[in-house]
Amino acid sequence: MDKFTKLTSSAIPLSIENVDTDQIIPARFLKATSREGFGENLFKDWRFQKDGSINSDFVFNNSTYKGRILVAGDNFGCGSSREHAAWAIHDYGFKVVVSSFFADIFKGNALNNGVLPVQVSPEYLQELFNEIEKDPNTKIEVDLETQKIIISSTGSSSDFEINSYKKTCLLNGYDDIDFLISNKEAIEVFENNRT
Amino acid sequence: MKKTLFDKVWDAHVVKEVQDGPQVLYIDKHLIHEVTSPQAFGELEQRGIPVFRPNQIVATADHNTPTVDQHLPVKDDLSRNQLSRLTANCEKNNITLYGLGHQYNGIVHVIAPELGITQPGMTMVCGDSHTSTHGAFGTIAFGIGTSQVAQVFASQCLLLQKPKSLRVSVNGTLKPGVLPKDVILYIIAKLGTNAGTGYFCEYAGNVFQEMSMEGRMTVCNMSIEMGARGGMIAPDEITFEYVKGRKFAPQGEEFEKKVAYWKTLPTDEGAVFDKEYHFDAADIEPMITYGTNPGMGIKISENIPVEHNASFEKSLAYMNFEKGQSLIDQKVNFVFIGSCTNSRIEDFRVAAHFIKGKKKADNVTAWFVPGSQQVAQQIVSEGLNEVFEEAGFKLRQPGCSACLAMNDDKIPEGEYCVSTSNRNFEGRQGQGARTILASPLVAAATAIEGKIIDITKQLN
Repeated sequence: MDKFTKLTSSAIPLSIENVDTDQIIPARFLKATSREGFGENLFKDWRFQKDGSINSDFVFNNSTYKGRILVAGDNFGCGSSREHAAWAIHDYGFKVVVSSFFADIFKGNALNNGVLPVQVSPEYLQELFNEIEKDPNTKIEVDLETQKIIISSTGSSSDFEINSYKKTCLLNGYDDIDFLISNKEAIEVFENNRT
Repeated sequence: MKKTLFDKVWDAHVVKEVQDGPQVLYIDKHLIHEVTSPQAFGELEQRGIPVFRPNQIVATADHNTPTVDQHLPVKDDLSRNQLSRLTANCEKNNITLYGLGHQYNGIVHVIAPELGITQPGMTMVCGDSHTSTHGAFGTIAFGIGTSQVAQVFASQCLLLQKPKSLRVSVNGTLKPGVLPKDVILYIIAKLGTNAGTGYFCEYAGNVFQEMSMEGRMTVCNMSIEMGARGGMIAPDEITFEYVKGRKFAPQGEEFEKKVAYWKTLPTDEGAVFDKEYHFDAADIEPMITYGTNPGMGIKISENIPVEHNASFEKSLAYMNFEKGQSLIDQKVNFVFIGSCTNSRIEDFRVAAHFIKGKKKADNVTAWFVPGSQQVAQQIVSEGLNEVFEEAGFKLRQPGCSACLAMNDDKIPEGEYCVSTSNRNFEGRQGQGARTILASPLVAAATAIEGKIIDITKQLN
């Protein structure tokens, strides 16, 4: 898994609430058997019209907005457990998703793929949207070590929560499998003690 | 200390705790299907890690499968490849697979309960968010991502933070025509799509106590639609009776021993939940959704609410509905009865009971898709199939079908579909398709009338 320590980048604002994983990656693209290449189909039905032409109304197609941070509306990633959603976001080039609320499964999937979900207050999220609207080049700094997100131009910052185990994993690029396998003895003892 | 049902099952499965971190939770049963497992098998192979407990894994093919001509090779190359990968992975790792055409094949959340694989007090996972269905048995069951599928393959465990507890109680008497699907759509409409995020939900009250196992599964199935990782209902005589005698259920003395344990699982009186909600059963009516998330639901007789925000308006624009509009008499050309939410025998009994002696509306294309081979057989043996055929409906073969637009069963662009499935997201049933979620009764009525009707008027 990719390590994550610190990132400074401009952001793409997606001010829609309840973005579900069927929008992030529609089910018809889940037929692959590898993890690669999902970025191409990220938000496919919002980025493109049905005839394949570009939907110029969608923010991803507005070249003013670029960056490795996605700033999204409340309850991001709800719906299906498909990890393909996290793979698509990662593959497209995002390292951070900021929202005022994340669905559980998406959050876990993101963390397992080196994508940092940063949960902020609705007020701070609005501040981010406002600053990005004022200046699309607004740089946002995300520091995992100090658990802080800062709008570079204004210095306005917010703390964010992350479970200390997951933080260690992300800072070092560890995943859960190694940890679980290192506990095999305890797992076997548990199995043997069950009635 | 007083414990909840969830606490009791969870605590019995903790292998160890990581200081200031998650817990190692033991998983009793791992269900897999073709879509979310190949990358997990791939990862294990790449790292040279064997599957730790293959006999605790059960596989089925359901998402990416056709619902006609299942005896023929699957036409779509990518789908066929994904299905044959599942077969190869199961063979290589000694995992039981109920593949296409097998007598036990069907939707993963339909077959595990009907085979007695799902039992009270267990922990169960699957790379599918509707794994919450199995909570109907008093089981901790939840959906996981593919990285976690690989973790369970490797260790039969997951690293998890214990979720908070939530209880939704519904007491009183349900009105005629109000089905379990209406109860859960009502709860989600009241609480919203993220009220349960971070929580495991217990459903309590006489309404759930009096429900059949099929009904309880419908309710628990949609827990994820209010954000809860899982939902649970305390096991009772109805549960034990359902499990008894099923293929993989404990038998004889072993069964009695299990029942004695299962009886200790219900929440202790006085146990405290982090959050509680109470609803009056009498307030619930047949429900339908009008928007693009399952929380956007109304009583069938109500009008679409008037709200002023961009997400709400975007949603109505997609559905081509107006604020304040009624959905009664809305013409509908597609009806889907199926999915892991409503494809069990009881759902087809409800539909058949309404349809008997009536004719399908000419404008309607209806897909009736049983959840499993066993459900399909039972439909035939109970004579329901004849009722459907006489009315002009034809049963399809089991699978996820039109729930998720992954196989060939897709609703055309711009069309409305009254669907018994669980999600009305944009494009969920096909690009540009417009989903209206409802119970099997409302779906059957729509198929007969060719439009949405106020079913309560027919019942009173």
